[in-house]
Amino acid sequence: MSERRPISTGSDWTFELIQDYDRELARVAKSYGLDTYPNQIEIISAEQMLDAYSSVGMPVGYNHWSYGKHFVSNEQHYRRGQMGLAYEIVINSNPCIAYLMEENTMMMQALVIAHACYGHNSFFKGNYLFRTWTDATSIIDYLVFAKNYIMKCEERYGVDEVEKVLDSCHALMNYGVDRYKRPYPISAEEERQRQKEREEYLQKQVNELWRTIPKPLGKLEKETKIRYPEEPQENLLYFIEKNAPLLEPWQREVVRIVRKIAQYFYPQRQTQVMNEGWATFWHYTLLNTLYDEGKLTDGFMLEFLQSHSAVIYQPPFNSRFYSGINPYALGFNMMQDIRRICEKPTDEDKKWFPDIAGSNWNETLHFAMQNFKDESFIQQFLSPRLIREFKLFAIQDDDAKRELEITAIHDDPGYRYIRERLSQQYNLSMNEPNIQVYNVNIRGDRSLTLRHVRHNRRPLEHESAEEVLKHLRALWKFDVHLESMQDDKVMESFHCRDSGFEVRSGDVDKELALLHNA
Amino acid sequence: MSYVVDRRLNGKNKSTVNRQRFLRRYRKHIKKAVDEAVTKRSITDLDSGESISIPRRDISEPHFHHTKGGKREIVHPGNKEFVTGDKVPRPQGGGGGSGSGSGDPSDSGEGIDEFVFQISQDEFLDFLFEDLELPNLVKRQLQGVESFKYTRAGVINDGNPSKINIVRSMRQATSRRIALTASARRRLRQAEDDLKAMQAQDPILRDKRREEELELEITKLRRRISKIPFIDTIDLRYNLHIKQPKPTSKAVMFCLMDVSGSMNQAMKDMAKRFFILLYMFLKRNYERIEVVFIRHHTSAKEVDEEEFFYSRETGGTIVSSALKLMREIVIDRYPVDEWNIYGAQASDGDNWNDDSPTCREILMKDILPRVQYYSYIEINPRRHQALWREYESIEAVVPHFSMQQISDPGDIYPVFRELFQRRTAKAS
Repeated sequence: MSERRPISTGSDWTFELIQDYDRELARVAKSYGLDTYPNQIEIISAEQMLDAYSSVGMPVGYNHWSYGKHFVSNEQHYRRGQMGLAYEIVINSNPCIAYLMEENTMMMQALVIAHACYGHNSFFKGNYLFRTWTDATSIIDYLVFAKNYIMKCEERYGVDEVEKVLDSCHALMNYGVDRYKRPYPISAEEERQRQKEREEYLQKQVNELWRTIPKPLGKLEKETKIRYPEEPQENLLYFIEKNAPLLEPWQREVVRIVRKIAQYFYPQRQTQVMNEGWATFWHYTLLNTLYDEGKLTDGFMLEFLQSHSAVIYQPPFNSRFYSGINPYALGFNMMQDIRRICEKPTDEDKKWFPDIAGSNWNETLHFAMQNFKDESFIQQFLSPRLIREFKLFAIQDDDAKRELEITAIHDDPGYRYIRERLSQQYNLSMNEPNIQVYNVNIRGDRSLTLRHVRHNRRPLEHESAEEVLKHLRALWKFDVHLESMQDDKVMESFHCRDSGFEVRSGDVDKELALLHNA
Repeated sequence: MSYVVDRRLNGKNKSTVNRQRFLRRYRKHIKKAVDEAVTKRSITDLDSGESISIPRRDISEPHFHHTKGGKREIVHPGNKEFVTGDKVPRPQGGGGGSGSGSGDPSDSGEGIDEFVFQISQDEFLDFLFEDLELPNLVKRQLQGVESFKYTRAGVINDGNPSKINIVRSMRQATSRRIALTASARRRLRQAEDDLKAMQAQDPILRDKRREEELELEITKLRRRISKIPFIDTIDLRYNLHIKQPKPTSKAVMFCLMDVSGSMNQAMKDMAKRFFILLYMFLKRNYERIEVVFIRHHTSAKEVDEEEFFYSRETGGTIVSSALKLMREIVIDRYPVDEWNIYGAQASDGDNWNDDSPTCREILMKDILPRVQYYSYIEINPRRHQALWREYESIEAVVPHFSMQQISDPGDIYPVFRELFQRRTAKAS
């Protein structure tokens, strides 16, 4: 070990020291091949942190009462000491903006720089979801645009009008994201080409004989009954933006703004475990490397380890502090575990992970970071050893049975099952009700029909469904119906009409017949 | 390379607008809480904020989510004794704890169904006075062309000649001259000294050429010094006067109270609350407010606040004495073009019968034309007497006169509101 020459010894930070630490961390990060956006480190006070909190961490944002609500409640909790503030907030932008609180000690500032400016930052730049869905260079500009646009709308149409639209959009925000990339629209030339091909193909298929065969009556009717949209649409806000008949242009733009912002946050919601795991892994690794080089004092390391282990603590399920699986704990341990599998694989690891056992750990980690989201990451990389360490078990709550059942534990027959279940737990589309636009009655009353496809027979919560449907109706401006389907049967249907709201359930078959006749 | 930016000095109240939006949206709830608070707490401690609670379901933002039922499977950490196939009784209440399915069986976070937060004193008062408006307040502001006065605001380099500040200009000139001639004068002194020294020498030893040179230099330097102008345009300094609006938003509030034997302390307390409320309301609308306390029994006297509310008197009642005093004071001290005058009178309604018409006359002739608003409250659970009836006849013809009866402390606030109800609301 080299001679100790620490960067600093005290616990107070200065701007020079922050820069020194940052330089060292950047050097080490580079040696590990972390590819980052340039960093912009901003020192802010606790009040400013509260502000940042309430606006979902973004430096600019349009005004809306719900942010005020969050602010008021955060402030209240903070004042009463019920809540500590986060040490940092980092924004997926280019340059990557990281907020450091002025109350932090020097150690904490260094930890935050390592965590946010090199961990999260490289994740934002590398992960495929962020690369596909977010444009780090333009997000701040877009937010500024959105803020100004909404401000102008408020001036022109009144705060209340704008607020109504925003409220409605916020209610549907989770249904304002594309899960898959749309194909680019084809050019006119391509279109002509394809049309020609189709024509030729049809020409070849013409067979005069077939025309003379009479079609069965029922079938004919069914074929003429076209649905719009032809395929169910999962992006409700997009559908509204493009198809709502009576929206004013500015309202469409507001819908679009909310949709864009929802889309921007979508990758974050899908990569929580990975993102935090990755950042935690790297602050741990970077700071340890610096310590090994003699750049950090023992006191620094003790303080660091204390807060690090607090962050990655996973309380057991029966603890008072338990509130689900801690993404920091799971993520960090999985990253560490991958490194272990690469460096010191056991026989079990070789059996479970033949392709990564013994490979270069840094390359493997980067590969994992770049190409996965929580769901697939867990499915791919959760090792039996980690399942044992976490003592994971799966418990099933089936309303058809009187008791809960333990379906798998951390033993040989259970590993795969637990891994599968845990992975599903991070599948957003499993957790959110699967609701899609099914039909618009374009020939009739223009009513919009949504379909909820039940997964595992789980029903919708009525009260909130009613509220959301009212919001949807406010945007669509014609009646809205929601059918909750199970095995192609309508179990419940919600109807939001001008005259009021109605929930129908019970005789499913009759219901179905009724709907088909209508 | 990273940039480190210190943002601590940037504005920290970024959320103010959002907070205002939130208050605005829930103003009905807040209003209700404020109104309740006013009746509950003593009016004297209106100087603090208030905590507002709103039912949580009223402010929730709805999203689609699942509810209890169906089949759910959740992975938890920290298994101790379970093995596959174990059956566990369904926990009461906590089973469907979280509808989002994020695997959160602890429902310790639930049960808080009120959203509680604080509003500041200012906000509290804003809500309290929300749709009240002092009558004619706007009128005076619109009509009364603001008067201005000029105040000195230091010294500047340009201005018009009548504003030259002579002392400052001369000082500037002197210092300029000193500064510009310093080196010439030093050399002049040197040359003069040299010349003197030379002239003190024996004439034979003198260097004639050098002497001439020195003399030449001396005249040159003298000429140069005298060429520096005594005063120059750049020396000139002007007084700066700026126009300041003279606040016409001055108000004087006359508190008239009957302190005769028939008014007991409870009645006075009630009157006090009314006066305080009025005072606070004026304070929000005017920069400067003066209060004149006039108490009366058979004769009226201007007193200070302490005496006004707390000293005891006995005897009969002649209301007109107070009105006369008020008239005098107004004419004496509060010219109508400068002051907004408000009158508030509290009494138990007792008056010498033949005095009441006099009161009416003084009010109609001298006081009402001068005041913005005059209100009369009668603290009296019993029947009205002559004074009330006289006043009623005023109320019928004068729009900025109002009267109300109060019988217990709970009445004060509603009455206050009624008195100062927005005109528009009244008209419609």
